[in-house]
Amino acid sequence: MRRKLIAVFLGVFTVCVPLFAHHGAAAYDTSKKLALKGIVTEWFWANPHCFLRFDVKDDKGNVAHWAAETSNPSDMVNLGWSKQSFKPGDEVTVTVEPVKNGLPIGRIEQVVLANGQILKARVVF
Amino acid sequence: MLRYILIATLALISPGMVASPAHAQTGSPQQPASATNQNAAPAPRRDISGTWDPGNGGIQPLGPRNMPEDGKLEHQLPYTPLGLETLNAHKPSNGVRSVLPGETNDPVVYCDPQGMPREDLYELRTTQIIQTPLKVFVLYEFGKIWRVVWTDGRDLPKEPEPRWFGYSIGKWEDDYTFVVQTSGTDERTWVDRAGRPHSADLRVEEKFHRLDHDTLELTVTINDPKMYTKPWVALDKLPFKLQPPKFDVREMMCSPSEFAEYNKIIGNPASGKGAQ
Repeated sequence: MRRKLIAVFLGVFTVCVPLFAHHGAAAYDTSKKLALKGIVTEWFWANPHCFLRFDVKDDKGNVAHWAAETSNPSDMVNLGWSKQSFKPGDEVTVTVEPVKNGLPIGRIEQVVLANGQILKARVVF
Repeated sequence: MLRYILIATLALISPGMVASPAHAQTGSPQQPASATNQNAAPAPRRDISGTWDPGNGGIQPLGPRNMPEDGKLEHQLPYTPLGLETLNAHKPSNGVRSVLPGETNDPVVYCDPQGMPREDLYELRTTQIIQTPLKVFVLYEFGKIWRVVWTDGRDLPKEPEPRWFGYSIGKWEDDYTFVVQTSGTDERTWVDRAGRPHSADLRVEEKFHRLDHDTLELTVTINDPKMYTKPWVALDKLPFKLQPPKFDVREMMCSPSEFAEYNKIIGNPASGKGAQ
């Protein structure tokens, strides 16, 4: 029984491994994940990749202007995203893998909307 | 421990449910679960027409599905010295030789056509095939590109002017297998996303085999003696699933203005080139 459950677990895990791709991962620190609460300033729905721009305020009131990419519109539609997923002013919590050079750029793992809806962006490059 | 595994399993299943497609008007392609479908009707004779989807197996970010550039010995291609030299001049943004997004010289990133055989070997998405008495049209989602495969009995041109997609002729090997030969491809194109090279002498063989009514398999063989010491199989029976007749294929285009915006905001700063 124990062995069977472990097999099921591994099977599910394999299915959940990201499946689509475009640009490479060389710029990103794939060992890091950041959950950033911010306000949307732009949702760019385009090829080769869509990207979300949002402002994140720290405890001292300093604002960082983040930009984080997803895959292309065709893939994102398959994952339940659309051009109408965000509009400026929306409150979002964005989980990203940041770039290695420390700039406020990342690629999105998921976005939690103000109403609690989760948009997953399974990415691998 | 068992309880933990169950909880972890449910946790992994849940995001998938959250991420289920919202089903826009076009819907999502039905993807091939496996090559064989026991419930499918038999394949029609000499007919590969239809709207076909290869699922995620067609994306091939590291190079062709059967020969990715992943550093494994079994995927090492039989390069000639010229092949290796040309490979090393190519700077892909995927695979074991990947560079930063702003440093790649992948022509497709800059919106050049993929050409042949790369249209089969990178971002191969929903594909429409239309048969007419003299030619077969293949319509690709990526780049919204179409090709002509002549079936009027002509030979390949002897001294072709190079074309991005070359010249293609097709013949039925048997009632269920359509074989396409392509030559005359433009040397500026790469064979795949990983930057594998080709010369003007490249010959590509595509074998479309209709396994049953709902399943088509594609096998692609690369033969270029200037770059490789022997032919190699890039795709081996990649399965496609037949889509409903009213399936509306999405648009997936490279737009120079959208690419410029992407590079300005993401690609260049991520590569240490300029600020946001």
